[in-house]
Amino acid sequence: MSFKPGFTKAALAAAFALVSSGASAQYSDGVIKLGVLNDMSGLYADITGTGSLWAARKAVEDFGAKAKGLNVEVIGADHQNKPDIGSNIARQWIDIDKVDVILDVGTSSVALAINQIVKDKNKIMLNSGGATSDLTGKACTPNTIHWTYDTVALANGTGKAAIKTGGDTWFFLTADYAFGHALERDVEAVVTSNGGKVVGKVRHPFPGQDFSSFLLQAQASKAKVIGLANAGGDTVNAIKQAAEFGITKGGQSLAGLLVFISDIHSLGLPTAQGLLLTESFYWDANEGTRNFSKAFAAGNKGRMPTMAQAGVYSATMHYLKAVHEMKSDGDGAKVVEKMKAMPTDDPLFGKGTVRIDGRKMHDVFLFEVKKPSESKYPWDYYKLRATVPANEAFRPLAQSECYLVKK
Amino acid sequence: MFELLGIPPQAFFGQLLLGLINGAFYALLSLGLAVIFGLLNVINFTHGAQYMMGAFGAWMLLNWLGVPFWVSLVVVPILVGIFGMVLERLFLKKLYHLDHLYGLLLTFGMALIIEGLYRRQFGSSGQPFENPIPGGINLGFMFLPYYRAFIIAASLVVCLATWYMIERTKLGSYLRAATERPDLVQAMGINVPRMVTLTYGFGVGLAALGGVLAAPAYQVNPTMGANLIIVVFAVVVIGGMGSILGSILTGFGLGIIEGLTKVFYPQGSAIVIFVIMAIVLMIKPAGLFGKQK
Repeated sequence: MSFKPGFTKAALAAAFALVSSGASAQYSDGVIKLGVLNDMSGLYADITGTGSLWAARKAVEDFGAKAKGLNVEVIGADHQNKPDIGSNIARQWIDIDKVDVILDVGTSSVALAINQIVKDKNKIMLNSGGATSDLTGKACTPNTIHWTYDTVALANGTGKAAIKTGGDTWFFLTADYAFGHALERDVEAVVTSNGGKVVGKVRHPFPGQDFSSFLLQAQASKAKVIGLANAGGDTVNAIKQAAEFGITKGGQSLAGLLVFISDIHSLGLPTAQGLLLTESFYWDANEGTRNFSKAFAAGNKGRMPTMAQAGVYSATMHYLKAVHEMKSDGDGAKVVEKMKAMPTDDPLFGKGTVRIDGRKMHDVFLFEVKKPSESKYPWDYYKLRATVPANEAFRPLAQSECYLVKK
Repeated sequence: MFELLGIPPQAFFGQLLLGLINGAFYALLSLGLAVIFGLLNVINFTHGAQYMMGAFGAWMLLNWLGVPFWVSLVVVPILVGIFGMVLERLFLKKLYHLDHLYGLLLTFGMALIIEGLYRRQFGSSGQPFENPIPGGINLGFMFLPYYRAFIIAASLVVCLATWYMIERTKLGSYLRAATERPDLVQAMGINVPRMVTLTYGFGVGLAALGGVLAAPAYQVNPTMGANLIIVVFAVVVIGGMGSILGSILTGFGLGIIEGLTKVFYPQGSAIVIFVIMAIVLMIKPAGLFGKQK
């Protein structure tokens, strides 16, 4: 009896397939797929946007994924700062496009939505752009790591510094959504526990355009510090309009509670000089950050990376290290557990750890924006005022509402 | 009385004045839209993008050619107006005989393309633009920057001049006649297609003027028009789609109402104009000053 030639070919092909896929069969669907989800076209696009996509791809390249036998793909999408759009993209990515990790996710309302989705589907979110400290607090999950910064660190950085320089009465101008509320709440806690008082608050629609009316209310309150609990285009607009209405000349100071280097670039040093801000990364800090940033600038129209974009690089690196050691990526919670077990080390954030509640620990820095005369070359914007060690910047585990923290 | 309302009189008058400033922008832009719709029957969705082009035009002239703001105020609306006329000749002209909807779709598509191109080139954070008249005057109940006062004045002057030209001059009467009976007006020897093109260019120029005025106050960024255009459309609908005076008065009026909402219920300030639009449409579908066609 002889088999038909077609059958033999098919059998041989099947045999080959079984043998050759043995190497990559350990990774789900044979490929490690990373999805960068953030605002690519709106008010946060310069903070995260396509720069984060570049950073993720650079991390894959620098890790040497191909040489190590890892088949890694990076894709990106625009969530337009809307939780429903972000959720749809995330679901489609996970269910249809077989994405394993969702990166960045700036805009806290979207971050919280994605946080829930990756938990339900046992994938991973490595959040770099989002701010709400709830991601490692009451909304914590075993599938999310909050990488770069959060509203508690901002409060302990800029908030404390403003109080120490005599700003004991505060008025908040808050973006009316999850991020603004979280930032306002965390800064208010720092203000009141350091002997200060909050004399007023106003919530503005997100995104806003004209803040003159709210700034007028802030001016009328006579608070020493006007805390801007917003970010990106909103903060830039508010600061510009505050200058126009003579608010700082009248003796009140502005506290930009979340400011990125891209915002300073938009404002220009004449307007932004003297602003105090908290960031966990500065492109000009050391050789490691400078090398990365020069490459970033070459690939991103001469712009320097923000801390959110740098965080995407750092998170991707650490993820690839963990997956490479585990030789598998299918179980999201298990990979995150591995990432928490391994100490982190990269040229951008230095040495650090990932805590049990999903909080990445590294020092944060209080910067002051230089005067135009002090700036010697393009993007030379910051001078370092203080370093806040990691355990002082982020919420202590003892105060955590995260269920993963065993008390 | 003010104690009852819960706010001090200073804050109240301050917000009123700020509302007037915002109203100035709404009036200027809705005027352009009303002119274009009233005389051309085209729903010009590109208006927001042309406003943005005006702001960017001023920024480009200042940063690349060193042209001061006051010159840009005249030059940029003309340049953008010419661009508008080119658009009209190439694309819009072909749609006049069709339903309104086609014009709307075309201008909407053009708006998306223009904004996308600018965003690709300039990013979305925005560019800084220096205030040409810094400083201000302390009115007692608030500090009024000189530049914001200038915005109100310039806007009022332009709006009133436009209204006068359209309602009270011979040229205006040709325009109005051409809207109603273009064939008769053409028969009288007046070049109607050229008038239409110039009118579109004028409406676009008004949008660009709004953009140049906005550049020092708000950010010059590619999405500035998209945020504003929806509100401006609501203003035009409330005022009555073809009415010039209606859009001017409604623009200023709604700016004031929005300003007051920011005092009493700030979270609602983004939607109050749309709530009013819904109410007006239910009671008087042609708008407050519009005529039933």
